[in-house]
Amino acid sequence: MVSPQIVMYEEEFNQISALCDRLCREANGKVVFLVDKNGQLIASAGQVGNLDTTSLASLTAGNIAATGGLAKLIGEKEFSILFHEGERDNLHISIVGGRVILVVIFDGRSSLGLVRLRVKRASVELAGIFEHLMRKMEDPAMGSPFAEITDEDIDNLFND
Amino acid sequence: MSFINYSSREINCKIVYYGPGLCGKTTNLQYIYAKTNPEAKGKMISLATETERTLFFDFLPLSLGEIRGFKTRFHLYTVPGQVFYDASRKLILKGVDGVVFVADSQIERMEANLESMENLRVNLAEQGYDLKAIPYVIQYNKRDLPNAASIEELHRLLNPGNISEFQSIAATGWGVFDTLKAVAKLVLQELKKGR
Repeated sequence: MVSPQIVMYEEEFNQISALCDRLCREANGKVVFLVDKNGQLIASAGQVGNLDTTSLASLTAGNIAATGGLAKLIGEKEFSILFHEGERDNLHISIVGGRVILVVIFDGRSSLGLVRLRVKRASVELAGIFEHLMRKMEDPAMGSPFAEITDEDIDNLFND
Repeated sequence: MSFINYSSREINCKIVYYGPGLCGKTTNLQYIYAKTNPEAKGKMISLATETERTLFFDFLPLSLGEIRGFKTRFHLYTVPGQVFYDASRKLILKGVDGVVFVADSQIERMEANLESMENLRVNLAEQGYDLKAIPYVIQYNKRDLPNAASIEELHRLLNPGNISEFQSIAATGWGVFDTLKAVAKLVLQELKKGR
């Protein structure tokens, strides 16, 4: 059986984006982004202008997957927080609700302690939004936006 | 596991290139990267050893255009082919929407092809996927080599399920886009069916 797809609706997306914005401000971070465990970018906030967020998302998921593999090898469930310290910028990576990955990029204007504190609070709220989203996705009334595409639509995509 | 975003009107799917070491998975992605318009692709990332063997994965994000107002984006990944990187291969298969099995046509690599295909089946099964049920195509690569096995032989050994198969020479690009289009189509058809 193939795992169900993730569907992000406007309402939840706005809530998540607002939360990322707030976290970025309150943690004095440069960038905040949220990625699903398969490497798809869900939302981002802050100075993302010249950042390759798609690559960041895929590498973050790879990083979490690899550390998760290491954790299992030593009998841990997962490492829920990772911290990478650079010369200027640092990365704080955490798993939210066992499902999505929250990343904060910050420099000397913030501190690990502040980031951890703010991330902790935001994580509780995010987990709540995702739980709600999962329930919504399971609702058969929501349907799939792709149920109505035709073979012709698909073929047209490849006519070049 | 596809990701549909109503807010940005985007749909993201994950395609994994699987196969034995040195069969040409990375070469497939490199060719696609080289021949795609800059606006339709992101950066290609290769996590490789110093001798350019894939260590963890290659990653290439591609945009294919719009369907009913939704931008379709495909994330292409390769796995490391060498046998001892099995733990990494399992991680990369997580959330996969479609698989391309790249077989090395050389007769002496037949054992490696079979072993890799069995490894794919087992690793997918561990995550609850059935190779027979997911979007899946086979590519017989390196057709230009003098020691390439016949297509009949490859078909008999590697494609008992009679799924879509393609010949290729990834280094020159022959067959590379045909393979990609076929698997992308299957993925979209699967989406159309819903869950």
